[in-house]
This record gives sequence, C-alpha cells and structure tokens, in this order.
Amino acid sequence: MTLAEASYPEDLKYHPEHDWARIEGDEATLGITWYAQDSLGEVVFFEGPEVGSEVSKDQPYAEVESVKAVSDVVAPVSGEVIAVNESLSDAPEAINADPYETGWLVKVRLSDPSEADSLMDAAAYAASLE
Amino acid sequence: MAGYTPATDREQAEMLAQVGVDSIEELFAQIPEEVRLDRPLNLPDGMSESEVYRFLAGLADTNLDAERIPSFLGAGMYDHYVPAIVEAIISRSEFLTPYTPYQPEVSQGGLQVMFEFQTAMSEITGLPVSNAGLYEGPSAAASAAYLAMGQTRRTGLVASRGLHPHSRETLATHAVGFGATLTEVGLEDGLTSGEELEAAVTDETAAVFLQNPNFLGAVEDIAALGEAVKAKGALLIVQVDPMTLGILRPPGECGADIAFGEGQPLGNRLDFGGPSFGFFCAKEEYIRKMPGRIAGETEDVDGRRGFVLALQTREQHIRREKATSNICTAQALNALAGMVHLAWLGKQGFVELGELMARRTAYARQVIGSLDGYELLHDAPVVREFAVRSDRAVEELLPLGDESEGPAPRLPVYPLGRDYPEYEDSFLVAITENRSVDEIGWLAHMLEHGQAGWGEHIHEHDEAGNPVAGAAQ
Amino acid sequence: MSEPTLTETPQQADRATTIYEKSVPGRRAAQLPPLGEGVEETPLDQLIPAHLLREEPAGLPEISEPEIIRHYNRLSRRNFDLDTGFYPLGSCTMKYNPRLNERVAALPGHAKLHPATDPADAQGALQLMYLLQESLAEITGLPTVSLQPSAGSQGELAGLLLTRAYHADRGRNPSKVLTPDTAHGTNPASVTMAGYEVVKVATNEQGGVDVEDLKAKIDDDVACLMLTNPNTLGVFDENIAEIASLVHETGALLYYDGANLNAIMGQARPGDMGFDIVHVNLHKSFSQPHGGGGPGAGPIAVSERVEPFIPRPQVVRIEGGEEEFYDLDYDRPKSIGRLRGFQGNFGVFVRSLAYILSLGGDGLSEASRLAVLNANYLKSRMSEGRSGKYLPVAFDRHCMHEFVLSGAPMKKELGLKTLDLAKRLLDFGFHPPTVYFPLLVDEALMVEPVETEAKEHLDAFAEAIEKILEEAEGDPAIAQNAPYTTPVRRLDEVAATRNPRIRQA
Repeated sequence: MTLAEASYPEDLKYHPEHDWARIEGDEATLGITWYAQDSLGEVVFFEGPEVGSEVSKDQPYAEVESVKAVSDVVAPVSGEVIAVNESLSDAPEAINADPYETGWLVKVRLSDPSEADSLMDAAAYAASLE
Repeated sequence: MAGYTPATDREQAEMLAQVGVDSIEELFAQIPEEVRLDRPLNLPDGMSESEVYRFLAGLADTNLDAERIPSFLGAGMYDHYVPAIVEAIISRSEFLTPYTPYQPEVSQGGLQVMFEFQTAMSEITGLPVSNAGLYEGPSAAASAAYLAMGQTRRTGLVASRGLHPHSRETLATHAVGFGATLTEVGLEDGLTSGEELEAAVTDETAAVFLQNPNFLGAVEDIAALGEAVKAKGALLIVQVDPMTLGILRPPGECGADIAFGEGQPLGNRLDFGGPSFGFFCAKEEYIRKMPGRIAGETEDVDGRRGFVLALQTREQHIRREKATSNICTAQALNALAGMVHLAWLGKQGFVELGELMARRTAYARQVIGSLDGYELLHDAPVVREFAVRSDRAVEELLPLGDESEGPAPRLPVYPLGRDYPEYEDSFLVAITENRSVDEIGWLAHMLEHGQAGWGEHIHEHDEAGNPVAGAAQ
Repeated sequence: MSEPTLTETPQQADRATTIYEKSVPGRRAAQLPPLGEGVEETPLDQLIPAHLLREEPAGLPEISEPEIIRHYNRLSRRNFDLDTGFYPLGSCTMKYNPRLNERVAALPGHAKLHPATDPADAQGALQLMYLLQESLAEITGLPTVSLQPSAGSQGELAGLLLTRAYHADRGRNPSKVLTPDTAHGTNPASVTMAGYEVVKVATNEQGGVDVEDLKAKIDDDVACLMLTNPNTLGVFDENIAEIASLVHETGALLYYDGANLNAIMGQARPGDMGFDIVHVNLHKSFSQPHGGGGPGAGPIAVSERVEPFIPRPQVVRIEGGEEEFYDLDYDRPKSIGRLRGFQGNFGVFVRSLAYILSLGGDGLSEASRLAVLNANYLKSRMSEGRSGKYLPVAFDRHCMHEFVLSGAPMKKELGLKTLDLAKRLLDFGFHPPTVYFPLLVDEALMVEPVETEAKEHLDAFAEAIEKILEEAEGDPAIAQNAPYTTPVRRLDEVAATRNPRIRQA
C-alpha cells in the first residue's frame, strides 16, 4: 500500500493529540493527522462512537488499532455525533492512505463553536512536531 | 542432585572471569543483606531419578484410579478412552516444549493446530467464532460474564441451578471483582424452571447462564428457555459437554450468544482435575471482545499460506488495563489433545459415540432406577449422566467394606449433597464407552447388596503402570 | 535493496494443508466398542425428543489413523522448540523439561484419577499436593499456599480478590492498585478485572521503583502495590525494605509477581522482603513444559493475615488416630471461593514436585545461582564488539537472571529494527529473545538464558548476533527481509487482523 506523504492541510484546525477538525458552520468533521497514522502503522480496525452520542473536547471518543497497538482518538471539539464513517469498517486502511478525506472518522454538531479558537492552525501544528 | 545444569567448575571460572567478578556471590550483592536468606532452604536433599520415580510411584499407587475401579464419576470430567495417538503426538518435543507462538515463522505447527481446533469447536458448537482455548471449564464462565457485561453495560448475571456448581461458584468469586450480582434460577423435575427464569431476567441482566445437559444430566430445551433471555436483551450463555454434541442440537442452533465448556472429555486425562482446556465459542459480532488467543490465516511475503496470532490488540500485553481478559494461556497442548481425539473420532465416530453413550446410559438408568431402595431423581431425557435418589443416606452406601480399621474404598459415584443440600439423598452416575455392561451390573450389585464382592473389580498395577488383572479398559 | 536469491526449501515448497482439506468422505479412524449385551439400539428420538437433537453431523474431518499421525508429525516439524535449540525468551524461563516428570505424571494413579474421587481414595494425590504446598511455602517464605490458580494471570486475579476480601474484612474499600510502568501486561489487566483502578509508578535510574513517585501516589485509597522483583529489567530492587514499609504503613498489601522467581530461589524470599501475596509460575521456575502456550499453573503463597481468604477447597493434613489423613477443606467461611473447577492443575503439580524432589533445596539454590551466572556471562559477551555498540544494555549493572538491551542505536545507525534482528536470528537457528518488552525501553530485547543452557550455546548466540550486525553494516536489507529458511517467511499480520479468517471456510 502507498501511504500518503506528510501533509497538514491549511483549512483544518489541529489538536496537540494529533487530531484534526474541519469546521463548517456549526458542524465539524474529525479525524487523525498524518503524523498520528504514521506513528500507529497500518490501521486494521476503527471503533467509533454511536450516532447521537456526545463527544467532549480533550476526551477520547474512539479507538484506532494497528496490529500491535491501540490508540485512543481524542476529540478536538465538543458536540453530538451526527455521522460515523461507515466505510472504515470495511476499509480502515483509508485512515492511512487518505487521513483527511476518505479517512475521516466522525461528524459532530458543535456544542460550543468557540472551542475551535483554542486549536492550532497547520503551521503551528507542524511546528509542534519538530 | 539433578540440577540439569551443564556448567562445570572450570566453565564457571571462565564465565566469572569474563564477567569480571570473583564469585557468583558477588552477582547477588544487589540483594540487600537484610532480605538475603542466610540459611539453606529447608527442603529435603535432591534425589536420584530412580528415587524420585519410586517415591512418586508409591504415592500414585495409593490412589484408586479409574483403571483400578470402574469409575462412574462425572460431574464435568469423564473417564473416556483416549486413543493412543493422542499421547504419541502430544509427547513430541516440538509440541511439548515451545512457548506461545510469538514468532509465527517458526511456530506454524502450533498455530495451524489452533486454527484447526477453532474450526472443530465452531463446528461442534454451531457458533462461527472460537478462540484457541482457555484454562478450563468453570473459569470460562467468568470470561463469558466479563464479555457480556462489557457488551451490554449491565451488571446482572442469572444462572440456572443446573449450571455446574463449580461454574456458579467461580462466577460468584469473580462477580465481586466485576461488580456484578448473581441470581440463581431453580430446577423443577430436573430442568431449569422457565417461570422462575422469566421472573429473574430483567432490563439489568447482562447474561443468563444455562448448561446442557445440566448438572443433573438432563437435556434442557435451550431454545425455549432462551426466548425470555432474548426478550430482555441479555446474552444467552450455555455451558456444554462437548462429547454430547455429536447428537445434541448445538448451542449455536438454539440461539446461544456464547457457548463454553470443559474440554477434558476431548483427549485429556482425568489428572485429578487438570490440566485440561476450556473452550469458548461465540457469534461473529463478539469476535473483537473474545478472551484469549486466536489464530488466523494469512500469507507470507512470497504468498505462501501461513498462520499468525490474530486480533492481538484485544489482549493484555497490548491493551493492558483495557484488555478483554487477563488470560494469556490457551492450554495449547491440551487443546491439541482435544483436536487429535476429535480427528480420530471423525465425523461419523463423534455421532456414534454420542449414540453409544445415550443407549448405554438409558440401559444403566433403567437397571439402577428399578433397584429396590432407589429411584430416578428426575425423568427428563439424558445423554450420559443421570441422578438417582436413595432411601439410604448416600454417605452410608458409599463405603465398600468394613470401616472399623480405617476408611474403606468408596463407590465411585458423585454424591450431590455438598453442592445441592436439597438432593442430599441423591447421587450422579456417569457413563462413557469405557463403562461396560458388566461394570454397570457391578454398580447395580454394589448399590443393592453393599459390600460383598467388591474386590473383584479393583485392579493392581505393575511397575510400568499396566493393570495386572482383568482391567476395566 | 538486495536480497539473497533463494530457491524454496523443500519445507517451504510443501504448502500448509489443514486436516479438513485432507478429509475424504467415508474414511475413519475410531472403532468403538459394541453396545453390550442387553443394551438396545433404540432410535435416538425415542430417548431424547427430536427437536433437541442435532440434525446434521458436525463438520469434523474424515481421516484414517495413519494420516492423522502424518499430519500432526508434519505440523510438529513446522515448530521451533526448546529441545531443538536455544530459546532465550525473556521473562519466560525456558528451562529444560525433565522427561522423568512426564513419566511420573503419566502413571495411572495420577493420570486416571478422577477429581471427584473421595479423599479416602486419593490420599497419595492429596499428600503430593500437600508436599508441594509446603515446598512452595518454604521457597517463598510465606506460611500458606493455595495451588488452585490455573496460571500466573489467574494467580494475579486471585491475589487481587484476596486483597479486596482482606480490606473488606477490615471495613475498608480502597479503589486503586499501584503497578510499576515496567509491569507485565497481565498486571493491569488483572487489576481491572478485580474492579480496581490502575495507577502507574515510575522507574528510577537504577531500574527500580521510583520511591519519590511511590510516596506521592500512595495513600489510604491504595489497596496494594504489585511488584516483580527482580523486575522485568532483570534488576533487583534494592529499596525493597523501604518500599514494603511505605506500603504497609498505609494499610495496603504488597503483591509479588513470581514470574522472575528463577533468579532468587534459595537466595532471598518474597515473604522475607515483606510481600503478603506471591504467585508462582510452575511452568517457569519449576520446569512444567510450556506446551506451545499452556498448560501451566499459578499457585499463590500468602501471609498469615491473608490466609483466611484463600480459595477453597484447600488441601489439609489432619493428624490423629494411627496416621495422618489428607483432606479437602471446604469449610472456610471467609474464602473468596473458587476460581475454577476441582482442585487445580494436578498434572502440573506432579511435574513440579518431581523437579523440586530431584533438585532438593541445594539444587534449587544452585539453579538460581547458575541462571544468574549465565545471564551475566551472556550480558558481558554482548557488551563487547558490535552488539555492545548497537545494542547497549538498558540499566547497565550486574543483572539477575535476565537482562534488557535497547535496539535504538541499531535502528538509528543501521536501519535495523529489533524485529529485523529477531527475524534474522531465526535463520541462524535461534529463537529470538522477547522483543518490544518492557515498554519502557526503546526497541527492547529481553534475554533470559536460564541455567540449563551450556556455555557453548551462549557463545554461539552472542556470535550470531555479532554476525548479523556485521552483515547489516554491509547490507541491512538482508535482515530487513529475513527470515529466509523458516517454513514460511514474514507473514502479513495486517491482513490477518483486518479481515480475520479464524476457521476453515
């Protein structure tokens, strides 16, 4: 499998635990960063939350597994889960191949849109990895 | 003294020189003086191999084993005939002496055995997913409870009184740690009370535990009992005797979410209770919540078929405090014995053995149930074990001889009083292909006439362990 | 990238075939005895209602006896085993398994004894268990032993349930258990199963418990501290006395994971160090064969104050009358109850007692001394040359029975991961050490050479490592693509876990 090249898109917001949020109005799409998937290795399983459940900023809401590691996924923002990426149950490798598009994890309706202000932009996140 | 250690004095000196110390004692200097043992261990001196053999053979000789007296003991472990190839295969160094298959490239034998075993257990239980084995039967009940509680986020456990008393006690022990409550459902005419079960299952119930055949030997209608369980969203968990599954409807076809049990009847010696193996089979949806090892099929870099430990992230060495279980042993050697025995029985033999047990048991039940002073405890259908009520106290009918000079041998049947005070006057009789019609006759005779003539069925061993006169086998 | 051009070995060319694929309809092995005179061939549905019966036979193989033997012999040759070669798997104590022990365990008086046999007819078996209890009590320095737990992990859980019962009996209900960050994974898993919360304690520069961190974390809400000593770094914790008193001052118990007991038999005893509960792995220090992943046994030894709570039944000796009588004592009102069926893994007890009787007190003590000598010798050999350069010892000092190396420099300078080194060792005929444990050490290799290994095997192992590192200096791809000579080469574990195929289709 070809893994994506390191990249941190400009339009996303980043959490220090290597999670991203794409904020569109009062909704956000969440996922893990290129760095996170690279450290984890090939993802074999994604265990997401249920639609309708609440996620809280800085708290784990899902798990991604590689063959010999399990990692909690931390929410960069709070809100109610309105969609889970169902295609990951058959093809969790999308998290490695395309972490920002087909490898998204969940969509949430934001409970406190101002939380986004505390997240990093791409440049700050990339700098934090140095 | 046999240390099995090769290092000569000269080699020890060379090794110490390499390390740069003058004595082995220096290497222990990091242990503080106050906790060093300042005397030799108070254990006997080491013995030669022949002396150890004689001592332990002497102890073994005082036990009344199933080759010396026809044993009708069961209660989960049975005196089946284990074919000679089982011993031949499990004695091979390549199966006996490796560790858990952490390096799959050099563990393909063991991993493939696990894969074959998982397939066999799936086939006999009718459930799609099996692990590679657990410690033994009753503790597998605790593993099943842990899975059910995690799955349902509920804390209530309900168990039929027909569930093996050791499984119920083990559940009770673990429930304290799990934060679970355990409720029992009574028996009626030998079978789990459907009415009591329905009343006991609530929205807080994580799982209901049944056993088939139950501890009194009775064949339960699992599918019918399961309806009340399903209605409340609880898991239906069934302990099964694997040797009865040649003829009984498998738990997977009766709506069970999980089936588990004691594997000893499959290829394992009685060994006074262990080691044996436990098995654990479940519906597909629980695959990532299973306890223990699971082998999976894959390919190597050149495309050759191979096997690995799959789904390891469930396990303690990766998930640590969030693991699905703390268990890391699969009883691999015991499971191999089970697999070889199942292969030896094969598709036809497995059914035939079930039929043989059911027919001989029906015969024995009829013979013993019609003796003066005895009656059947229940009339429910049975496969290989049945319960008998006696007019006399069970403790009174067991001794096979005069006890004025010390304890006499006991009639090998299972008294129910310790586990079931309500059946204090009853006992279980277990039948295998090893228990001949003659021996059933002997049991009937002993029950009817007490002590006379018991000696003719107790056998002596020679030095090699072979029975000397007319052994039961 | 280069890779030796290899033709397939004959064993590699012989692809895996399962016993189901060898099945031929109509073949069979078993011949069962006849029903017997007077037993009728009643149709099954007259004995058991038809709706409770199986409709189709279970899908078991149809195969003849000679084919079964061939199949499993062939599989056996696809395993590496201790009787074939050096197996320095850290924390697993892969010592020789004496065949005498197999012989005595197989005696019919042991092997064919039903577990529900009345104690009067099982005096030899109960005496054997009693002798093992007494022996383990002496070795651990604690007064009472329960043989019941099936394995170390079940011993741990038993110990934690004992801890809970002990505190409950004193009207306490603490919620936390402390474990060092070097602990075996079973420790935290068992803690959760016992309903406790895991709190990690840091490791100090010598590889022992960070006493300052312990002081910061221990309080009234701690039920116990679980320790392995020597720990998983192969280091004996010199502060054990201080640790014990810190733990006991708060009313908590001290739990000893006996995985590493092979280092200290006859040298020091957990009971004398202040431990309250110890589990012993009979499949490690006491030579029960590992069987490819079981069976084992995990007896627990406990202090006087924990004794009332041990599992039941317990083997006891009753004096009086003409001779002693061994019995199973169920009347233990404060007991945590059962952890499993019957009396435990008796067959394992026979083997372990045979081992203890063979060695005696002096022999056990000597076994530990030589295990420690072997470990230090191999560590010293591996501190030289390329292994010294690329595989430094973590927490370098005299070790106990095992030591831990870090493959971090090897990874950085040669591009070789610890996994690559392990796989290349397979081509040299060695089982690799434990890898990637303890988690504390980057690219860890944990080596436990045990006392039953001769010096020439330790030398050969050190030389093989040296050779692999030298080879990697020239061309790391050789190790990166290893192994080449094993029955199969590196396996795709990702596919096996993404789409698990765990049974014959």
